[in-house]
Amino acid sequence: MAGIASYGAYVPRTRLSLAALGGRPPKEGGPEKAVAWNDEDAVTMAVSAAVNCLRGLDRAKVDGVVFASTSYPFQEKQGAALIAKALDLRRDVRTSDQSGSLRAGIAALRAAVDAVRAGSASHVLVVASDCRMAAPGSSLEAGLGDGAAAFLVSDENPIARLDGGFAVADEIVDLWRTSGDAFVHSWEDRFVVQEGYVPSLCEAVAGLLDRLGATAGDFARVCLYAPDRRSHATVARKLALDADRVQDPLIGRLGNAGCAFAPLLLAAALESAREGDRLLVASYGDGAEALAFTTSEHVAKLEARRGVSWHLERRRSVASYDQYLKARSLNASEWEAAAGPGLSATIHHRERDEDLALVGQKCNACGAVQFPNQRVCETCFAKDDFERARLSDRVGRVVTYTFDFFFPTPAPPTIVTVTEVDGARIHLQLVNARPEDTKTGLPVEFELRRIHTAGGRPNYHWKATPAEERA
Amino acid sequence: MSRGIRDQVAVVGVGCCQFGENWDQSPSDMIVDAAYEAYADAGIDDPHERIEAVFTGSLYSQKGPHECSDALKMFHRPVSMVSNYCATGTDAFRYGVMSVAAGMYDVVLVVGYDKPKDRGVSGPSVMMDGVRELPKTPAGWFALCAATYFEKYGASRDDLAKIAIKNHHNGTLAPKSFLKREITLEDYKKARIISWPFGLYDSAAQTDGAAAAILCRADLAKQFRDDPVLVKAVSIQSGPNPQKDPDNDFLSWKPTGWAATDAYAQAGIGDPRAAIGVAQVHDCFSLTELLTYEDLGFCEKGSAKEHIASGEFELGGSLPVNTDGGLKTFGHPTGATGVRMIYENVLQLQGRAGPRQVPGAEGKLALSHNIGGHPTACGIAILGRE
Repeated sequence: MAGIASYGAYVPRTRLSLAALGGRPPKEGGPEKAVAWNDEDAVTMAVSAAVNCLRGLDRAKVDGVVFASTSYPFQEKQGAALIAKALDLRRDVRTSDQSGSLRAGIAALRAAVDAVRAGSASHVLVVASDCRMAAPGSSLEAGLGDGAAAFLVSDENPIARLDGGFAVADEIVDLWRTSGDAFVHSWEDRFVVQEGYVPSLCEAVAGLLDRLGATAGDFARVCLYAPDRRSHATVARKLALDADRVQDPLIGRLGNAGCAFAPLLLAAALESAREGDRLLVASYGDGAEALAFTTSEHVAKLEARRGVSWHLERRRSVASYDQYLKARSLNASEWEAAAGPGLSATIHHRERDEDLALVGQKCNACGAVQFPNQRVCETCFAKDDFERARLSDRVGRVVTYTFDFFFPTPAPPTIVTVTEVDGARIHLQLVNARPEDTKTGLPVEFELRRIHTAGGRPNYHWKATPAEERA
Repeated sequence: MSRGIRDQVAVVGVGCCQFGENWDQSPSDMIVDAAYEAYADAGIDDPHERIEAVFTGSLYSQKGPHECSDALKMFHRPVSMVSNYCATGTDAFRYGVMSVAAGMYDVVLVVGYDKPKDRGVSGPSVMMDGVRELPKTPAGWFALCAATYFEKYGASRDDLAKIAIKNHHNGTLAPKSFLKREITLEDYKKARIISWPFGLYDSAAQTDGAAAAILCRADLAKQFRDDPVLVKAVSIQSGPNPQKDPDNDFLSWKPTGWAATDAYAQAGIGDPRAAIGVAQVHDCFSLTELLTYEDLGFCEKGSAKEHIASGEFELGGSLPVNTDGGLKTFGHPTGATGVRMIYENVLQLQGRAGPRQVPGAEGKLALSHNIGGHPTACGIAILGRE
């Protein structure tokens, strides 16, 4: 039965007190966050955590490395291969990176267990490491911390076996960084917590418990990613967790370590776990994913690791905010140029069915199909009586059109249509067609395209394209 | 001074959506909630036959009146949008009243709404409009009367605290309010300062909301309800920018006094303290409510703190103010606020306000008051039973 055979952690020794961050003298014992120093980043922390994980084990057995990070310095060029070389792993090791989401670390861990179970690997090293940057002076800055966690996944002497997992995917613009952005952007924190974090995390945990036929009280330790202390408490309360079963989220000591955060909490839980303990770990990001483990008889046999507590004890305070800014090469007086907030993330989330899935509605009273979703039927005035109607895979026809020479496009004009599909009429651009091909009644199908960019973010919506023979 | 439209127009239905951080609701969704509640309240089951015109008010919407007409499928009839800063809701109501009084329509719908929580901003937005314009927030504008008023009349944050505590309490009794939490003097004092003397609890919450009212010719009102409410007065007054007005004493906001004089004349009120039984006033900040007590003539200029201390503006007092918790607990979705106040006053006048019902309100008049801009505009509506 595959599971975690070993673990390790890394937390930078340099700690920035939140007092210093606010321009006050650092207070001993006050809240702080771990910050990678000028010679550290996601790669160095990952290697250190991996070294701690593999200490005393045969590295030649490692035949897979998955590196999870949202803050790896390269856009093109793999991190896992670099880490495998630094660890002097064998040449025929399978390497891959998992990125783009705060739940990349937990997703990588589950994928590694799946690979071992499927028999396509025997010892997979999973390393999650993050060193995310918030703009100096921004509200995110106090919350983010740096760190890495590593797990060796194998069916040889696992200390914790995976009992199951459950994930939900949610399309939400809550935290983001487009290519070229130095700093993490965030939509309004209350929206992020109330519409993203709390419901998604609770849904993933509830789904997992349901799948396992378990209750939260069956778990000795529950490790929850959280953007801040208050939201962590909210989720713990909603899940009706006893305080002594909640793994300390280390807020005020470590900080939110991105995709390494939940893995670090899991590593911390393993440090004190006893045989037969059930552990639950849940991470958030574009939805959420929760995993359940049960520790085995091997947990007591694993030689002591340099884990989370080992690292938290070894610390030195950064003398001042100024020193931190220098270490990170930040200029506090030069804020990242504001690109404007872009389109409302709140509306984007609310309208994701229409905008991204081209889902409209069918009136149960009169049968009329409509787009976008509305509460009063355009045709018969019935209220709140509709079912979903996916239109993206239907064939429509052009009702009318125009050629817009002012819409910004590299080769004007843009062909703009009113297209009817199953009776719903939608204002859509037409692509893959020339003006002379455009006729009323033209049958069209639909393709997802980038419709525009606002606030530095691309926006996606559907466009019509002349219908082709079915392939 | 206006001639007035006393007793020509009736309010026969009111509706109000749940106010709050309505992430899952579009403006259209909230408009539908409010309007359909108002239809039901008026006993209208064929709104598309009965409603002849719609007046809608919103400050933030970029979509104009179509947002409301599309939400309600109110086509083939006039639908107009009104905007007048924070007095938008009262002004939309005024347009509806005028259109009926003028004889243009028999039955009209008024809908006020706004959706500030779609903007991605918590708390006040900081506006920077031009080179010489200071970065500013609403709290910063409305706080400018504090230093002068406190100095002249000896009032302090302790007096403001009583208003905040009262409104938080009243909000716990209103099913559709956002904040339903009592606060203590200690909570008040510990809260962070937004713009002196305003702390967190002196400031209105920020929410999404919509409210609606159905108006008709007074002589038709009994077709809809046995207990219609009549419009006694409605007034909007503009004012100079108080920051550059050379006569401003920073002890009151001029437009409130002007709108009160106009509205009392329309309604035939000589002594507002005797005539009015319940009032909803614009408490965007606690001091705004304090100044409004005086500017509406509920008490003498400078005497508000004694009247606050006596409890007369609390539920159970002789003139309860902001019986539903006001902007403090409902928040201030700008276009909705004035109509939400009318919703509360109609419930009070019909004895339908539940645990926050003011005894005897049915026999007196109910006043609602909005002030907006720097502030540079005030709206007042006075309602009463026959």
